Amino acid sequence: MAVTVSPERDVVATPVQRAFREAFYAGAIALGLFVLFIGLRTDQNISNELILVQRWGLLAIVVILTAVGRFLYVAFGQPALERAKAQKAEAPAAAAPGFVRRNFNTIGIAVLFLYPIVIVMLVGFQGSLKWVDNFGIQILIYVMLAWGLNIVIGLAGLLDLGYVAFYAVGAYAYALLGTHFGLSFWILLPAAGLMAAFWGVMLGFPVLRLRGDYLAIVTLAFGEIIRLVLINWREVTNGSAGISGIPKVSFFGLMSFNVSDPNYISKVLGIAQSGAYYKIFLYYLILLLCLLTAFVTIRLRRLPVGRAWEALREDEIACRSLGINTTTTKLTAFATGAMFGGFAGSFFAARQGFVSPESFVFLESAIILAIVVLGGMGSLGGIAVAALVMIGGTEILRELDFLKVVFGPDFTPELYRMLLFGMAMVIVMLWKPRGFVGSREPTAFLKERRAVSGSFTKEGHG
Amino acid sequence: MAGTTLLDIKGVETYYGNIRALNGVDVNVNEGEIVALIGANGAGKSTLMMTIFGAPRARAGKITFSGTDITQMPTHEIARMRIAQSPEGRRIFPRMTVMENLQMGASLDNLKYYDEDVEKVFTLFPRLKERIAQRGGTLSGGEQQMLSIGRALMARPKLLLLDEPSLGLAPLIVKQIFDAIRELNRTQGLTVFLVEQNAFGALKLATRGYVMVNGNVTMSGTGKELLANPEVRAAYLEGGHH
Repeated sequence: MAVTVSPERDVVATPVQRAFREAFYAGAIALGLFVLFIGLRTDQNISNELILVQRWGLLAIVVILTAVGRFLYVAFGQPALERAKAQKAEAPAAAAPGFVRRNFNTIGIAVLFLYPIVIVMLVGFQGSLKWVDNFGIQILIYVMLAWGLNIVIGLAGLLDLGYVAFYAVGAYAYALLGTHFGLSFWILLPAAGLMAAFWGVMLGFPVLRLRGDYLAIVTLAFGEIIRLVLINWREVTNGSAGISGIPKVSFFGLMSFNVSDPNYISKVLGIAQSGAYYKIFLYYLILLLCLLTAFVTIRLRRLPVGRAWEALREDEIACRSLGINTTTTKLTAFATGAMFGGFAGSFFAARQGFVSPESFVFLESAIILAIVVLGGMGSLGGIAVAALVMIGGTEILRELDFLKVVFGPDFTPELYRMLLFGMAMVIVMLWKPRGFVGSREPTAFLKERRAVSGSFTKEGHG
Repeated sequence: MAGTTLLDIKGVETYYGNIRALNGVDVNVNEGEIVALIGANGAGKSTLMMTIFGAPRARAGKITFSGTDITQMPTHEIARMRIAQSPEGRRIFPRMTVMENLQMGASLDNLKYYDEDVEKVFTLFPRLKERIAQRGGTLSGGEQQMLSIGRALMARPKLLLLDEPSLGLAPLIVKQIFDAIRELNRTQGLTVFLVEQNAFGALKLATRGYVMVNGNVTMSGTGKELLANPEVRAAYLEGGHH
């Protein structure tokens, strides 16, 4: 709603005056645009006749919101942006990054470790269930998946659209072996990882010669094949009904989280019964798995194989002429990425206690890919932030009950999840085309190049 | 200066689909030599260069390197025989820094001689040292060419293949690069096989040269002989001086 105003009048008018004027214009334009879209709706009545429903209230809300938004932007947003710009221009010496930015990773990890404790202190054990499970565990699962996929896409540059297949392999590996053979989670976690890695190699072989779009199509098909096998191989996977009664994770075999077991945690420790202990335990478990993924990724980048991945992403022919075996390099990238997907999958199965092919649709692959791209390919911190925003954001939509007051009792904010997801992606891609943290973001400016170069030297010496 | 034969190419034929790009090429490079292959666009010079590396593979003929048949070897195995290449279009890693690029060149020995060799490359191309932390893609054409050669040298090659090192560069930079190649050959005895369109510069630099026309080697001789040859002068030298 860009309203152009002649510059002479701008000089005289204060931002607030200008804001009033522009808010009025914006409101008028919104009214004109939406009067037919929102103000009137066609509907069918009981005798199948077409009737017009009038929604003037909703139209008024939209128009007022537009006007108020424009007012706030012109009156306060724009001047603030300009001030910030002027300040930046005044101090080109780019002062050393602040304390928070310098210690971002340490602070982030500390916050994650303290999160359940703080939540329990604030809302008690029972109230903490939702916050630890829906927010904490859910987000961390996606962080782990995205970090795993980051190895394949961000480091090795192999566009994999079927990553959820490895997640499914890990989940079903734990679900089947756990329910049929009663093996413990601690044995099956590495087993599930290995199995997923095996399937990563199986996928890797046929697609060795493919790159870019062609690779994307084949991996997409691979993801669907795994899902269809899970649906149709009823004898083993129980089809779309899924597998239930998957055993819980034990506290390293010492304590159990099943109320009926003799070594149930509250009996052992002599505390009140609560389902929250298990959730908090799972939270720390997935947090440690995430940190393991990050640690391995960071270490691998400094080893020959990690460097070969990055070089492979840049130029395959040059890699080969430098004596790098691109076949094994690609296969290790697929296998390593798949392994972390498998870990996350077996954790997912243990947490849900139930798996079905429904959880492993293409949309999941797309969401994980979106997180990697939004966060900035190759950047662990950026990806974690993207997962927090994307998954946390959609979870928070469930909490926005007050919107029902505005949009009527039928309004379910969750349904707008994908719309918001899409909008967020478009906005991020416009402002930060390389994701939240594009550590390899090229800069044409001389003053910023030094900062970028600094971080590069560190990598280069590895 | 002719030592033992290092690279021997015999009757090599290479095809792109059904189109024959090389019609039985015979070229040999002896230890300690600089050999130049000159020819017009599309003569098959780069194809020969790539065929040595097995991509595309020769359909007929034989390529031996220090007595080992490398015709059917996979590309990375050929590179491990200590043949290094600065390929056509340089093919540096654009998003990796100069240091990272050089590091990739040293992959064969797992960075064993890295520190030592990096210093050598920087002595040869001081410009690269100034650009140490810059990304490869932001370097100028000449610097990229230096980086490409430097990266190849990091592999401690017995034979260095250069595909059009002068392509698209200013004359002064071309001179710097040719001087560096001469220096490497003189002080370290490095064997170099280079493909060039800049026939004058290449033949002046080279111990021996080959002329390629339409996938055939039509002439060969010492650099001086070819420079003096009227046919070569007419086709590649006089035309070049506008």
